[in-house]
Amino acid sequence: MSAWTIARLTFREASRRKILYAAFLLGIAFLAIYGVGFFLIRQEMVREMANSMEERAPFFLNQMSNFMLLAGLYAVNFLTVMMTVLTSVDTVAGEISSGTIHTLVSKPIRRWEVLLGKWLGYSGLLTAYLVLMAGGVLLLVRSIAGYTPSGWPSGLAWMWLNAMLLLCLSLLGGTIFSTLANGVMVFGLFGIAFVGGWVEQIGSFLENQTAVNVGIISSLILPSEALWKRAAYEMQSAISGLAPGMTPFSSVSVPSPAMIVYAVIYALVILILAVRKFQRRDL
Amino acid sequence: MESTHSPAIETIGLRKVFGEKVAVADLTLTVERGEVFGFLGPNGAGKTTSVKMLLGLITPTAGQGRLLGKPLGDPQGRAKAGFLPEHFRFHDWLTAREFLHLHAELYHIPAALARKRVAELLELVGLASFAGQKLREFSKGMLQRVGLAQALLNEPDLVILDEPTSGLDPVGRLHVRDIIRGLRDRGAAVFLNSHLLSEVEITCDRVAFIKHGSVIQVTPLKSLMEGEIELLVQARPLTAEVASGLKHWSRDVRVEDGQVTLTLSKEEDIPQINRYLVDSGSQVFALYPKRLSLEDQFIRIIGMDGGL
Repeated sequence: MSAWTIARLTFREASRRKILYAAFLLGIAFLAIYGVGFFLIRQEMVREMANSMEERAPFFLNQMSNFMLLAGLYAVNFLTVMMTVLTSVDTVAGEISSGTIHTLVSKPIRRWEVLLGKWLGYSGLLTAYLVLMAGGVLLLVRSIAGYTPSGWPSGLAWMWLNAMLLLCLSLLGGTIFSTLANGVMVFGLFGIAFVGGWVEQIGSFLENQTAVNVGIISSLILPSEALWKRAAYEMQSAISGLAPGMTPFSSVSVPSPAMIVYAVIYALVILILAVRKFQRRDL
Repeated sequence: MESTHSPAIETIGLRKVFGEKVAVADLTLTVERGEVFGFLGPNGAGKTTSVKMLLGLITPTAGQGRLLGKPLGDPQGRAKAGFLPEHFRFHDWLTAREFLHLHAELYHIPAALARKRVAELLELVGLASFAGQKLREFSKGMLQRVGLAQALLNEPDLVILDEPTSGLDPVGRLHVRDIIRGLRDRGAAVFLNSHLLSEVEITCDRVAFIKHGSVIQVTPLKSLMEGEIELLVQARPLTAEVASGLKHWSRDVRVEDGQVTLTLSKEEDIPQINRYLVDSGSQVFALYPKRLSLEDQFIRIIGMDGGL
């Protein structure tokens, strides 16, 4: 199938252009620093607690592990978003403007196969990246502190969905805009969702319904931050949900499961739109 | 079967409008299998847009057409077609061999056959010793060669070449000419979009002239070339009276520096002119017949303004 050929081409391009190695090596460096940091902080806390509160020590240590885990995954989520947009922003627009697309689509191949192939290729790459990074963080916390949050599978799933959502968005943008305009569009929307998420968080804390509504609307514009909030909610310990701190790693206002459904539909609709746009585009 | 007997290209009234601009007004032509068809016109006449419509890269605003018997835009029509774009750009992080294998895969050529075809074609275009080199390191001429190889992977029934020799040296051009002849001998059609009229003159069976997005003339190259003859007459004395008598054979008689140039429609007029001059008391020193080159014809048909 031609889509598979294009997917493999995408993989090969990432590896030839050293994107694969750079991401892998820097990812390992990230995990190394995270692991060392986590180990040292935990060691310090274990020492402190041994002196003062013996009985409650395991509870506090778990809280600390949970906080550190979510902090690590928050960074991974952000890096994955960056990775998604930076790798895919040029793939359609760039091939159109350079003209490499001409020899591809003049073959006995359908346009949707080209786009689906690119989606497959990048989603494979990003899944591997997310598994390496988020899996690395989870494994480090588990091996150092013996802690794993119960909701980690769904947490990772929503982080993955977030990457797919942005991938679909940047593919759609690529069929309409130039590379640069596409990047501006995707990051612009991401920024709206990001700041909206914070407005909602603080609004919820202050019990200001208007602020919460602003957040919900921004989540409808792009449910990207909402997906992270939901992922964080799945993985946070019960206590940090009850006693909300104003950290980006815990959720006060939790997006409902309906938001997940919305995000899935959103991503699918955007991918279909991208295919339709690409099909009609004069190249 | 319809698909093997149908013309290679068949279009009726293809039209493409970009916003306000009419890129192609009316493209109506038929290209048969086994002929080399030249597509000539000035810059901006709509040649590349026409080619792109044939290959489904651009959707026509109106009109219809068939490529190898299949409606334009149908991938099946492109299965036995090859294409080398004018501004060819390839995935330059691939080696020449990888590049050809990628495109063989897109043509759905089985792997074993693809290996054989890729080796043959690298040999044919003279890149066998560069097979493992990345395209990034290739010169323009080498890229054009590998691009040509890419267009021949599927043993095409129709090859569309948009300025295929622009980056090539004279030897390379000669080589491409041989490849084009080989394709024709095999029964394939070649659609050649070129500015290099001397190339077209040598390789094409028929030519179409396109101006302002419309085909204004389609003609066998042979009849075009055999059409008119320019005759240079050197005779003395050549009085004005004798010179005006030459108008019997030509509407277009020009006298310059004691020489007369006239345009004839047929070769048989030359002995008659000779006899007339001798009978009129002139001594004939020379009669130089000269066929109009394709370039002369191009300018005559398209006009000096280049159709702009």
